[in-house]
Amino acid sequence: MEKRVTFKGWLLPLCLLLPQVVITAVFFFYPAGQAIYQSLFIPDPFGLSMRFVGLGNFEYLLGDPYYRASFLTTAIFSGLVTVVSMGMALYLAVLADRLIKGSGTYRTLLIWPYAVAPAVAGVLWLFMFNTRVGVVSWYLGILGYDWNHVLNETEAMGLVVVASSWGRVSYNFLFFLAGLQAIPKSVIEAAAIDGAHFWTRFRTIVFPLLSPTTFFLLVVNIVYAFFETFGVIHTITSGGPQQATTILVYKVYSDGFVGQDLGSSAAQSVILLIVVGILTIVQFKFIERRVHY
Amino acid sequence: MKIRAYLGATVATLAMATSAYAATEIQWWHAFTGRLGELLDAQVAEFNASQEDYQVVASHKGNYSETLNAGIAAFRAGEQPHIMMVFEVGTATMMAAEGAIMPVYQVMADTGVEFDPDAYLGAVKGYYTNTDGEMLSLPFNSSTPVLYVNRDLFEQAGLDPDMDLSTWQEVSEALDGLKAGGVTCPLTTAWQSWVHLENLSTWHNVPFATQENGFAGMDAELVFNGPVQVQHIQAMGDWAKDGKFVYAGRRNEGGANFRAGECALFTESSAGYAGVKAEAEFDFEIRQLPYWEGVEGAPQNTIIGGASLWVMAGHEPEEYKGVAEFLAFLSTSDIQAKWHQDTGYLPITTAAAEQTKSEGFYEANPGTEIAGMQMTMNPPTANSKGLRLGSFDQIRTIIDEELEAVWAGDKDAQAALDSAVVRGNELLRRFEAANR
Repeated sequence: MEKRVTFKGWLLPLCLLLPQVVITAVFFFYPAGQAIYQSLFIPDPFGLSMRFVGLGNFEYLLGDPYYRASFLTTAIFSGLVTVVSMGMALYLAVLADRLIKGSGTYRTLLIWPYAVAPAVAGVLWLFMFNTRVGVVSWYLGILGYDWNHVLNETEAMGLVVVASSWGRVSYNFLFFLAGLQAIPKSVIEAAAIDGAHFWTRFRTIVFPLLSPTTFFLLVVNIVYAFFETFGVIHTITSGGPQQATTILVYKVYSDGFVGQDLGSSAAQSVILLIVVGILTIVQFKFIERRVHY
Repeated sequence: MKIRAYLGATVATLAMATSAYAATEIQWWHAFTGRLGELLDAQVAEFNASQEDYQVVASHKGNYSETLNAGIAAFRAGEQPHIMMVFEVGTATMMAAEGAIMPVYQVMADTGVEFDPDAYLGAVKGYYTNTDGEMLSLPFNSSTPVLYVNRDLFEQAGLDPDMDLSTWQEVSEALDGLKAGGVTCPLTTAWQSWVHLENLSTWHNVPFATQENGFAGMDAELVFNGPVQVQHIQAMGDWAKDGKFVYAGRRNEGGANFRAGECALFTESSAGYAGVKAEAEFDFEIRQLPYWEGVEGAPQNTIIGGASLWVMAGHEPEEYKGVAEFLAFLSTSDIQAKWHQDTGYLPITTAAAEQTKSEGFYEANPGTEIAGMQMTMNPPTANSKGLRLGSFDQIRTIIDEELEAVWAGDKDAQAALDSAVVRGNELLRRFEAANR
């Protein structure tokens, strides 16, 4: 029998909910509402006049093949960032979990990159891969590989993916490690006594038991790749070469804040909002079924 | 003891603040850091020391785009500065914002401060003047692209560093020689759209856009996919394929390669002079921007890049008086001549140019006069007085993308420029709709 706690009046629950509701309203509903409203207009940059165009901004965007192409770019980018950062983090967490000596030091060191702001991380990686003075590109040159992310689209994508994933590995690592440590040792030991090797144990016991953590990280990382990687793109490639690394959120920025085209920028924000909303619903509906809590 | 020291400091700060408030404060938002920022601060300090009624406060607001954004956001919040530095690409945006700006000619007329717009060079002034000949913003820093030559690399490759490089045909031969002589980076550039399309067009007296490059109306359409531009971009693309032109990035990334002594030729703003002079450990020289021999009317004149000062609307008459005094101060030939000599930006008043000449600066620094000569070589035509196009920062990004396709060998010049024109025109139509 489920135990339910109910409040007697409605005043106390309302007061308890209020801070959360207010914060969501101020920082989410209000700006989102503004974006939807503005997406119906073509305003001038200074806010002196606005021309109502209905869905004209959306029509303009969706009729633009370059905008449609940036959906694919975003999908590739987000997919790679999520896979690389989560895969790397899981690998490191499994290793750190097995450590007996000095594990504290390793853990601390692995968490450090999370403290680095995306824009700074971008500059760091750019510096290493700079086509002229970069250490990595210099060594690649010795090996006979001519690194040039300024013109090579694949290399540019690779570089922004690695730079975006790097700091994220720390964050994911933290959650994976906590998840691993929450798995009862007795279960794993029992399997070991039954003769299951490390890989079998990982596949049949550890990974399924870790699935709530993995699912949570999947959602959070995709949202990260969609919205917060802007600083890395801006500092490393500015969306280039050609349009190879122009992801949706970067286009929102460049159209709105460089091009002063606020109507188009607002419409893009709305589209982005819808896309991420759909993605999250899909994740919760289909992937969450496979999660064992 | 410590508390008393704090108290003392607080009282002192308050006292200073009060005395500063006695003077009317003029806010100036700009985009300069480093050496340029220091020189700008020096101008402000000189003005503040020269009189007691006004106090100009200069604040750095990020790069050109960021400064423009900060100003726009501030205007929307009703907290705009008095003076804003806006790059030449933002000129059309500012001109269209009639209720947000206070034209410079009007500021000067309202306050009765003596000011002669004709003191400014025609080619510079024309950029910031409306069709009635009224100056809307005050030219501040203007530069034009020139060719930088690394003489040591020419000698290393067995070429005569004094060889004629006035035409692209001659440059092409030099590139062959440099490549054969083992130079890994024969040619690089900064600001590819500005140098190799915008200035290329005015230099050869061909239109970049209809409606006199946008000066005659907001319904201008891009036409930079003509034969002259295609010929040039195709040649550059071929050089890129053969490793004779090395592309370093959309902004001035190529500058690092040239200053480090890796590149033999470098097309860059005349304002890059200070940096090259400070860092280059080789013998370098400034030459006139090359042109294609055989194109009728070339060389015509090059156009400016840089920024001007816009006065924002919504302030008190007393404050505008201070703004006018400050702008008039900036136009004096002493200030202008010093700015030109320290930075490599163009001397934008005739008096400053003459003063610099009579001081013997050009003899002591050969090459620094070339930018001015290029600008004033011929009276500007409808094709060469400048560009005034909306959303131009975005259009430049499109041009960058399409040019990268040529440098990477993915597209030929005609296809890339055709596509840039189509995409750019869409943005122009949106700008027209937003500012109707």
